[in-house]
Amino acid sequence: MAGPDKNSIAFVATEVIPESPPPARETGIVKWGRENLFSSIPNGILTLVSLWLIYVILSSTLPWILNGVWTTSSLAECREVLAGKTGACFSVLTERWNQLLYGFKYPTDAYWRPNLAFVLMLVAIAPVLFFDLPRKMLVFTALYPFVAFWLIWGGTIMAPVVALLGFVIAGAFFQKFGRSNFALGFFGGAVIALIVWSIGGALIPEGASENAVLSAVPSRDLGGFMLNMMLGLTCVSLSIPLGIALALGRQSNMPLIKGICVVFIEFVRGVPLITLLFVASVMLSYFFPPESTVDLFLRVVIMITMFSAAYIAEVIRGGLAALPKGQYEAADSLGLDYAQAMRLIILPQALKISIPGIVNVAVGLFKDTTLVSVISMFDLVGMIRGPILASTEWNGVYWELLGFAALLFFVVCYSISQYSQWLERKLHKGH
Amino acid sequence: MTTLTDPPKASFRLSMLFNDTRYRSLTFQAIAAVALALSIWYLGNNLIQNLRAAGLNISYDFLGDPAGYDINQRLVEYDSQSSHAKAALVGLLNTLLVAFLACITATIFGVIAGVLRLSNNWIVSKLMAVYVEIFRNIPVLIWIIIIFTIMTAVMPGPREFRGDNPTSSMVLDLFAFTNRGVYVPMPFFENGLFGSPTMNWVLVLLVAVGSWFATRKVSARAAQIQADTGVRPKTLWTNLAIWLVPFLALMVIMGLSWEVPALKGFNFSGGIKIGGPLIALWFALSIYTGAFIAENVRAGIQAVSKGQTEAASALGLRPRRVMNLVVLPQALRVIIPPLISQYLNITKNSSLAIAVGYADITATLGGITLNQTGRAIECVLLLMLFYLTASLTISMVMNVYNASVKLKER
Repeated sequence: MAGPDKNSIAFVATEVIPESPPPARETGIVKWGRENLFSSIPNGILTLVSLWLIYVILSSTLPWILNGVWTTSSLAECREVLAGKTGACFSVLTERWNQLLYGFKYPTDAYWRPNLAFVLMLVAIAPVLFFDLPRKMLVFTALYPFVAFWLIWGGTIMAPVVALLGFVIAGAFFQKFGRSNFALGFFGGAVIALIVWSIGGALIPEGASENAVLSAVPSRDLGGFMLNMMLGLTCVSLSIPLGIALALGRQSNMPLIKGICVVFIEFVRGVPLITLLFVASVMLSYFFPPESTVDLFLRVVIMITMFSAAYIAEVIRGGLAALPKGQYEAADSLGLDYAQAMRLIILPQALKISIPGIVNVAVGLFKDTTLVSVISMFDLVGMIRGPILASTEWNGVYWELLGFAALLFFVVCYSISQYSQWLERKLHKGH
Repeated sequence: MTTLTDPPKASFRLSMLFNDTRYRSLTFQAIAAVALALSIWYLGNNLIQNLRAAGLNISYDFLGDPAGYDINQRLVEYDSQSSHAKAALVGLLNTLLVAFLACITATIFGVIAGVLRLSNNWIVSKLMAVYVEIFRNIPVLIWIIIIFTIMTAVMPGPREFRGDNPTSSMVLDLFAFTNRGVYVPMPFFENGLFGSPTMNWVLVLLVAVGSWFATRKVSARAAQIQADTGVRPKTLWTNLAIWLVPFLALMVIMGLSWEVPALKGFNFSGGIKIGGPLIALWFALSIYTGAFIAENVRAGIQAVSKGQTEAASALGLRPRRVMNLVVLPQALRVIIPPLISQYLNITKNSSLAIAVGYADITATLGGITLNQTGRAIECVLLLMLFYLTASLTISMVMNVYNASVKLKER
């Protein structure tokens, strides 16, 4: 019998079938759409509703924004230019730009000073935010508050110099004695700083500010978004050390100190910021010596700092509580005293855990600085509601102004929260 | 052989106050006590001197004086001859009202947005992410002002509802959205069982509470039957009947009717008027806090590990029961504490009412009363006392709840 004939086997493929493309509904954008947008009927309905919503929002705002008028000097002119079409009068932003940023009383020829202070702020804050930058930059960060104070308020340079001198001498004292005895170094340094300040304050001649290089600007002339930035930055940076102290006090096993801290924290967290601002505006001056005049800005800074310190203290307390007990015991067994254990072992770890929480408090606080408009300070919101909307030229331009304020705050707060998420990922040393 | 080393029995020396841990904490506390007493004395002394210089004293007598100003939005009887204390009470109730309303709606917004943000639907989850980011990162004060502006500048005035060809008309002939507020129909009883309308509503409330207890009984009995026989009887229709029948019967007996707002003269009358400031505050607070609650809800659901869902499915539970019996109870334990602190935030943020002229306690006691009487210290202290009480009450409720849902560990 002959070998198997080629034709006796029913079917043998002699050549490879060419690969056909996958079905159209299983690839690319169609597949993605089927899985992510129209996987079921309710899902499809949701998609359509969302698309309709997006369409409604865009179709009502886009023409308004794109048609915007940027160059007129009053609402009436702007309406003339628009001639009945929908469109925004963004010219209020260009015309009142300086007022929105600096308030309406800050001297016009001195705008470069806050601008410079802002740029320097970015430089000063960079080494705090990004640990890879050279540590030497922290020296500038330490100098920055005095520089910024001098730039923004102007007046005699003696005041910030004396303030700096007090800190430097106190710091030197702390370096010398604080290593062996923290309490001696700290409280001794504080006393020395007070002495330096009072002597220095007495030495500054009366009226030194009148012919200063930078003309003096009183606090009540500050305003606009600058005021929000200043309040936010000052209060957050002041409240972090205060918050650490309160958190440690609350963890302390000395009943009196613990009691003071608990009462303070719970009291401040229990009342709205507005009531504290009322305290600053109408009540706090009763508690200062009769002849003293503490200006509103300082009073507001005191109250907001107390407010955010209480919240930061709670965040840091969470960080302290999250540390394993072994860390405290290990520090004790190494023979470190309380101050050393906290400074070298506990706080570095606890603060690292608390960073996201602290940033959250900082963002919340920055948003809350708008509340000062209620006690008639002219921050960004105060400027918009007060001088700008009340002026005859721009009475009725709500959306452009409010949208601008919202956008400014959104940009700042969103970047801070993105930074915090980035930092959290970077600091995450787990598996 | 062990020897116990006694602490050295050296006589007490002054330096031990600082160097000996046994005495050091006492020293520090003594210093703190002295510092505290000194600062209180200093501040108190300043206060007394300043008050004397200004010719003032601390007294709460002004609360009894006639307030002399009107409040539009009020829950209790009030006129300009009522006392400052009454004005504060009106404000207090208004604060509680807006806080209560905003808590409910914020929870609804937050839960919907939080759940939808986890949806498989790409566009929906992105839309919700945008909502959360936009509302969380813009100050609530700006939101309140924006919504208040919508209420006052965009809504039509009552006069636009007039005439033969009005430019605006009522929605369904029942609701009127005007720049003075929103008018909605008001339910009332034509032949109530009691003389006063309040008592009739209390009766309705009592019936509802009764129905609630009855349905609880029915559910408990169903659970008992299920435990005994393994089959759970259907309770849906029984429960519906328990809720609806007494309620509807009561409504029919008392003759429920609706008073529809109507245009009379230059303004609407009848119905319930919800003022523009209240709506602005309510809506802004709910939508702002809703964004925060959405994040809490999302975190809570994601905190339940996938193994739990898989284990429940492996036991043969259906998706709905997996959600109800396994995921939600565990997620709620994570969600509820931050949720309650959001409620706390709503209550405190409601003090921003003063920015839009809603007469809450900050606007009455801390605003007009303070300005009229000049009693700054007394007013601010009372204001703080109220908010402290509210906050402490809410945190106490939170602690009780936390204790009740805590993981029972050995």
